[in-house]
Order: sequence, then structure tokens, then C-alpha cells
Amino acid sequence: MDIASQPHWEHFAHGADIGVRGIGTTKSEAFEQAAVALTAVLTDPSQVVARSEVRVEREAADTEALLVEWLNALVYEMAVRRMIFGRFAVRLEANRLHGSAWGEEVDIARHEPAVEVKGATYTSLFVGQNADGAWVAQCVVDV
Amino acid sequence: METTLLQRVSESEWRIDPQGKMRVPAILFASEELIRDMDTKVYEQIVNVASLPGIQKAAYAMPDAHWGYGFPIGGVAAFDPDEGGVVSAGGVGFDISCGVRTLLTGLKGDDLPPIKHALADALYRHIPAGVGSRGLLDLSDQELDEMLAGGAQWALRLGYGTAADLERTEEHGTMAGAQPDAVSDFAKNRQRREMGTLGSGNHYLEVQQVVAIFDQASAEAFGIHPGDIVVSIHCGSRGLGHQIGTEFLRDMVAQAAEYGIELPDRELACAPIRSPIGEKYLGAMRAAINCALANRQIITQLVRRAFAEVAPQAELTVLYDVSHNTCKVEEHKVNGHSKQVFIHRKGATRAFGPNHPAVPEALRATGQPVLIGGTMGTASYILIGTPDSESRSFSSSCHGAGRRMSRHEATKHWRGRQLIDELASRGILIRSPSARGVAEEAPGAYKDVSAVVEVSEKAGLSRRVARLEPVICVKG
Repeated sequence: MDIASQPHWEHFAHGADIGVRGIGTTKSEAFEQAAVALTAVLTDPSQVVARSEVRVEREAADTEALLVEWLNALVYEMAVRRMIFGRFAVRLEANRLHGSAWGEEVDIARHEPAVEVKGATYTSLFVGQNADGAWVAQCVVDV
Repeated sequence: METTLLQRVSESEWRIDPQGKMRVPAILFASEELIRDMDTKVYEQIVNVASLPGIQKAAYAMPDAHWGYGFPIGGVAAFDPDEGGVVSAGGVGFDISCGVRTLLTGLKGDDLPPIKHALADALYRHIPAGVGSRGLLDLSDQELDEMLAGGAQWALRLGYGTAADLERTEEHGTMAGAQPDAVSDFAKNRQRREMGTLGSGNHYLEVQQVVAIFDQASAEAFGIHPGDIVVSIHCGSRGLGHQIGTEFLRDMVAQAAEYGIELPDRELACAPIRSPIGEKYLGAMRAAINCALANRQIITQLVRRAFAEVAPQAELTVLYDVSHNTCKVEEHKVNGHSKQVFIHRKGATRAFGPNHPAVPEALRATGQPVLIGGTMGTASYILIGTPDSESRSFSSSCHGAGRRMSRHEATKHWRGRQLIDELASRGILIRSPSARGVAEEAPGAYKDVSAVVEVSEKAGLSRRVARLEPVICVKG
């Protein structure tokens, strides 16, 4: 496997907001990496300690809508639990997602969270394979 | 955006005649420079809005318009339910009822130097800001429902503020027609411990000084004079509004085909005003308006507590509270006839001219204050609605500077600590839990707010009353 197809994440520019993009060898990996990109909007994901696990299950009409559901589920869990997540595991079955997120309570001094993500959107939403065969899962998040 | 895409009507007005699926023209209020700065996506989005069922007269883009979700930010559109008109979650925006409240303090610029640092610290201590901050309240299910029904009036019952505050708040502090039952448990859970918090992103609390008066008579009516110190609060309905927006967007996308609505863009999701989902959204959206009004009301009282500690002589009164992400039922003239329409203002401010019954009695003869937020390093403005804005833009004006640079790009240009030091050397104190958050909100990442308000004035949407410059900024 070359470096380019190693699971990774990136951000892309969108007006007032930020695009999150996960890239992996499978669709599940791309979903996991998109979640890391979501955390990176707030803070450095490597600074998040995996103290506890939160599980989420979501369904949607199609895979792209499922990505939005997954990211919105994480936004919700971060808000109500006052947590931040650094590691993720995703299992996809048809249009159903079983996800785990590991993280800890927000520590403002250590994480210095930059901006709250209010939600994932349908803008620049894409789930599919790129020319190299790697899976890409992306959308813009509203901050 | 290329100006060749548009037909120029005047120095500050551009038009797109109906073409393709457009039902009405699109009107953009902007200078040539602002048009060139606008993303071409604004063109696409305003054309899409002009194509929605039941739209009246025209789809409008304000001078600060930029690429939004479905609707451009700075988009205004009115719909008639009798003509199949729609309500759109994207047309209101995710941060429902985000808005600006400005408080007069009775202090002058000369009063500040000895207390400035202490005041900045007190405000930062009293007003929860930023990711992971919590409010003073932890609401039960019943209290949440009461808040969603009562808005700022509910906050008043808890001891946050005075009756005089409500007179200067849109809808007298309570949006009628709110349906707490239409708000999901997810949305309520997100808000349970967030009342009286500022949030993050472009939200802020600023202490500002009046540095210029453009319209003496209106300034007098508003109670503002050169050198006055005022406080402006910019925030909205926090997690609750966003959760409502997200859920209804998803559900409206799923049901669009059922109502025969063709969506060129999923974010444009909408439903007939007279449909179960349309009515449910309106009930939930109005509850979110109440949440935002209650939130700004609580913050007002927290600001008073901070001032009481360091400047007990200050007397904080509300100049006005106006929301810029809403859908409201208003009476407007369309083709010579007055009728009730559902006006979406997304990143646009209501701007009623003199003698409108919705303007507080004390200001009615003058017109409605239009509060425009700028950046922490430039300026903000107080404008006033004009008699012309009704016919020009369904009584709407701009809402802020609008970004010209992404957050990502901004962090490459500026470092938070350095920016805070630079602003401090110009006498502007920043208090924020996040240096990166400050860099992302760098003044240079925004368009020139002065150009935006000048065009708003030239286009007859509103008129400048005063220019405010920041002295202290609490940033989430």
C-alpha cells in the first residue's frame, strides 16, 4: 500500500466554514477518518486521551446521508456529554452504521478548542472511491 | 462573481431576469467591487431561491451576501401560502434567530482607561464563552418547554433583566406560535445546560465606543452620542437551533418529492407552509427564536453583573435586539396589494422604517435600529430602517461584514497570540479561551464592513446612524 492510500484525513476550505474529508482503504475507514477530521476542527486529535467509549447507531436512506448522520451523532454526543473524541471505529451494514468513539471530557486548558462544530451539512457531500481506488467520505461542517 | 452575469440597474443594484425555472427575478444589492468579491455560488443560490414555489416579487441578496447552505447568507425571500409558498429550514439557517443586542451603558470613553482591564476580566468571568462552556442553569424538561414558549419573558421571570428590556426586543421578547412539542428531545438535550452562553465561531460580546454619528436626529432618538460606551452581544439559539435545523433539513429532503418539490440542491430543502412538516418546522423554529431571545436576555443580565463589579455607576439599558436568521409572517405590498407573507431572512436584518407598528413606541417615529456586527479589529454600525426598504427588499438590510477568507486560510495568515498582542497595542482587549479561535476570526478574514453598510445606504435599504469601534472583545 502506498502512502497516499494509508487512512488519513484532511480539511478543505469552504467560505465561512470547513470541509472535513476522510480517506481510507474501505468505506468504514473513510468514515472513521472523516470523524478524526471533525475533531481536528476543534483541536489536535492526538491530544485527546481515549478514556471512555461512546457507541452510536444510525440509519439513513443512502451512504452519503449516513455520513451526515454519523458526524451529526458525534456532534450531539460531544455537546451533551461535553466530550471530545480522538479515535473511532465504524462498521457499515447496508445503510446502517455501528460506530464507537473514544475520548474524554473537554479540558479547555489542554485542548484549547478553537470552535464548536454546530453540525454536518449536505454541502460538498461525497462518499465514493477516487481515481486511486481509495474511499473518500467528505462534507462541509457548519461552525 | 463576473458582473457580466448580471444586468446593472443602478450603482448599487443588479438584476437577474427570470430564466429557466426562476419564477421571479433575483435582485442583488452591491457595489461593483462587492459583486466581484462575491462567490459565483451566490449567483447559483439566489437563482435557486427565485425558483421556489410561491415566491413573491423577487429573491434578494444583501450587500454582504456569501455562499451559504441552500440560500446564500444575506438572502431574503417571501412566500405566500395561498400560492403554494414554502418554508425552508436552509432559508432560515442553522443558527436560528442568531442576532445582535446592543446595550447603552451611560459611560463615556474617558471613563474606561482606569477600569478597562478589570472590566474585560469581569465580562470574561461572568459570560461563559467557547467550546465546552456551561451556563448557570440546568433546565428540567418542564423548564425547557417554558423557556421555548416564553423566550426573554421567561428569562425575566427568573430574574434576568427588567420589563424595559422587553420593550426594546423584537416580538416583545416572546415569539408567538412557538411549539415546544415540535422540538425533539435531541435538540432540548443540547440546550439543557447552555442557556446564557455565548458560543464560539463568529459569536462575541464587545464593549464598543461610538466614534462617529452620521444622523444626529436618529442618534438622539436612540440615545447615542459621540464617545458613548455601548455593549453588543452577537449570538443565537446555540445547540438547540442547530439541532432543529439539521433534523428538519433531513426530513424536508426526504419529503420534498411527496409535495412535488424539485430540489436543485439538498440544502434548499423546503416544504409547503401548509403541510404537517411545514407547520411543525414553523412551531419548532419559533421555539428556537424564543431560545435565542432568552439567551441574549440572560447574557444581558450577566453583563450587568460584570459592570456592577467594576463600574457601579453604569446603567445598562437595551437599545434594541434584532435577529438575522428567521422566518416571520409580515404584511407587505406585492403588486400593489397588501398581504401576509412568510419572509425568510438568512443573514439579513429586518429594517422597518418610521411608523411601523412593530417598532417600539419610543422609536416608532424614527424607525427601527438595525444592528450590524463587524470584526474585533474594525468597526460595527448602527443603522436605521428607511421608508424605502419596504418596497426595495421587504424591509431588509445587511447583517455584517461577511467572510472573505476561510478559517483554514486565516490560520495560515495569522497567529492568535500575535493578533491578540497587536490588537492590545491598538487599545483593543481580547479575552478568549482559544488562540486558534481568535486567529480564525481575524479582522482581515472579513470583508470591509464599511463598504457593506455604505452600499446598504446607497441602495435605500437602511441608513447609517453611528459607527462603533471595539474596545473589549470576549470571543468564544
